[in-house]
Amino acid sequence: MDPLRHSPSPSSSRASSPRTLSCERLGYVGIEAVLDQLKIKAMKMGFEFNIMVVGQSGLGKSTMVNTLFKSKIWKSTMPGLRVPMPQTLQLHSVTHVIEENGVKLKLTVTDTPGFGDQINNDKCWDPILGYINEQYERYLQEEILITRQRHIPDTRVHCCIYFVPPTGHCLRPLDLEFLQRLCRAVNVVPVIARADSLTIEEREAFRHRIQDDLKTHSIEVYPQKSFDEDVNDKILNSKIRERIPFAVVGADREHMVNGRCVLGRKMKWGIIEVENMAHCEFPLLRDLLIRSHLQDLKDITHNVHYENYRIIRLKESHALPQGPGWVNLAPAPPPAPTGTRASPGPAKMCRWAEDNSDEDF
Amino acid sequence: MAATDIARQVGEGCRTVPLAGHVGFDSLPDQLVNKSVSQGFCFNILCVGETGLGKSTLMDTLFNTKFEGEPATHTQPGVQLRSNTYDLQESNVGLKLTIVSTVGFGDQINKEDSYKPIVEFIDAQFEAYLQEELKIRRVLHTYHDSRIHACLYFIAPTGHSLKSLDLVTMKKLDSKVNIIPIIAKSDAISKSELTKFKIKITSELVNNGVQIYQFPTDDESVAEINGTMNAHLPFAVIGSTEELKIGNKMMKARQYPWGTVQVENEAHCDFVKLREMLIRVNMEDLREQTHSRHYELYRRCKLEEMGFKDTDPDSKPFSLQETYEAKRNEFLGELQKKEEEMRQMFVQRVKEKEAELKEAEKELHEKFDRLKKLHQDEKKKLEDKKKSLDDEVNAFKQRKTAAELLQSQGSQAGGSQTLKRDKEKKNLGFL
Repeated sequence: MDPLRHSPSPSSSRASSPRTLSCERLGYVGIEAVLDQLKIKAMKMGFEFNIMVVGQSGLGKSTMVNTLFKSKIWKSTMPGLRVPMPQTLQLHSVTHVIEENGVKLKLTVTDTPGFGDQINNDKCWDPILGYINEQYERYLQEEILITRQRHIPDTRVHCCIYFVPPTGHCLRPLDLEFLQRLCRAVNVVPVIARADSLTIEEREAFRHRIQDDLKTHSIEVYPQKSFDEDVNDKILNSKIRERIPFAVVGADREHMVNGRCVLGRKMKWGIIEVENMAHCEFPLLRDLLIRSHLQDLKDITHNVHYENYRIIRLKESHALPQGPGWVNLAPAPPPAPTGTRASPGPAKMCRWAEDNSDEDF
Repeated sequence: MAATDIARQVGEGCRTVPLAGHVGFDSLPDQLVNKSVSQGFCFNILCVGETGLGKSTLMDTLFNTKFEGEPATHTQPGVQLRSNTYDLQESNVGLKLTIVSTVGFGDQINKEDSYKPIVEFIDAQFEAYLQEELKIRRVLHTYHDSRIHACLYFIAPTGHSLKSLDLVTMKKLDSKVNIIPIIAKSDAISKSELTKFKIKITSELVNNGVQIYQFPTDDESVAEINGTMNAHLPFAVIGSTEELKIGNKMMKARQYPWGTVQVENEAHCDFVKLREMLIRVNMEDLREQTHSRHYELYRRCKLEEMGFKDTDPDSKPFSLQETYEAKRNEFLGELQKKEEEMRQMFVQRVKEKEAELKEAEKELHEKFDRLKKLHQDEKKKLEDKKKSLDDEVNAFKQRKTAAELLQSQGSQAGGSQTLKRDKEKKNLGFL
């Protein structure tokens, strides 16, 4: 069984070499100029970010993405237009390049229309897991090449936003199943969608019930407790963990409120301002995803989830059929309970050892 | 390069979308930098040069620190590499600096193999990194990177040309590491000689096809300065950790009867240029070149040597696994053989020991028999003695009973006194 690898603490981040001497410095050398060099290099190369939104139709996923990145990434489907409901779950990916103050970000958004919309939703998470694993596989194959590219294109899903419908009660079985499976493969951020249908008290109660549900089923959503590196991270992340799942409202229309132009939803009884903390928690979500934890999301995906996938893959691959033309893009077996499947490798070893021991005694 | 990046992406089917407001991802470079700062940086320098050219002094001067170490003697039998790691801290940036120095380079009479330990050392670092990367369970983001990022090659200030040892070594190293040649102890050369020397060196390097590290000129912000610096290679440096008062400032300098050479004076030597280039402008680029060019080349050669091929990209993971399997079987076969041998040896040893023990047992048995015999003899002797004693006791008893019989007869026949007297006489006779 492969336990999730833990992101190590910074005290161990500098692996100890045998003799590390600490020297007293007598003057300015200029080592910190390396930070500027790093920045220049990063800005030249540009950044990549891949995000996936999962939820039932009508929960405002496309609108949320547009609001997050303040641009028309998706054409949001208006209710009333006869959009045929997809029969099976499909995955729809769109890539854009956005630039702000010289920083270029290649943003890929993957939508999942058809999730949870059928009558029988059994195994509706399989295509999603398959897609995530396929991205890992692609990266792995690039990495194993003998002549590899300088910069491997990163299409791995860094963050998956899961939209919980605002029932006000608790997480549904579909939600629990999905969250359980996906939390082990990717960073999941659950949000309460369309939170304008809940009052503040209902919201808090719903949130607590969801948190209890998550704890009962030991589902670790982002930011994961086990990956907190040091005290500062812990403090920061526990504040965030208290507020997960965020109750969000998405809007891409602007209205005038008190002379200011704000993004919001106009109802007969008032205007819900998206960026107003008193109305909804969208700013928290945006800050988490973009302003403070974007790099962290990418790092955890690369260092933990991708490595876990790689371990499983390298151990299993010799058991699969060999020969050219094998690129299995069907959903890979879910990485969840690998206890039984683990490694014909070690079993092979044991068998051999037994044979050997039979020989001489 | 940025423009081509965008063009490529647009060509791939994605478009640039304008933003309607401030989103906030311009803090991304800062996030990245913060992460790197918390992880720390590491930088590894290799100093190659003959003994006595001032390698350690130059390192001390470059990093403004007194690194420990005694100077090497000239009597080393072969070239060795001495490596030391130091933790430097400047404001909030921590640098793990490793300085590797050659000891005994150029001191031997036969210098044909002098470059070999150096090449082996560099390869060993690449190998360690490759092993870590190929592991199934790996910790690459906390791995202490020991690959050499920059090699400072110290050229002796003869003023004429490069030595053949220098040429050979540099040729062997140029595809494995970023070489930055520097003229050491350049206070021994005059200005005019220096320019001629530099031209001679660069032409010799070009003629022999040695590829030294060129500072990158593709990024606009540093292109200009790097371009000018490229023209000044190889740098003529002087190292000194002594501070002397010149004018009204304390400066690092070397004092001679005919004047004082200031280390940080650009007119006197190129030390400042070296420091700028090595640390303040191109440290990141050196690390990147090491990783993306030299390490990838090593990795490619090594993997091809091990038998992997890229011919079928579809079966890439499998051939990796196949070769792993083959190697593992081979290794296990070897293990088995070794086990057999050990077992044989063990059996033999056991036999020997058994024989020894048998010998010892036999001896013990013999001893036991001997002792037993001795014991029996003694016993027999004692029994004989006992028997004779018993005989005597019996004889005495008999005589005693006979005497008593006689006495009783005598008392019946005559006077008791005579019997008594006789008895007493007899008793006396017996006592």
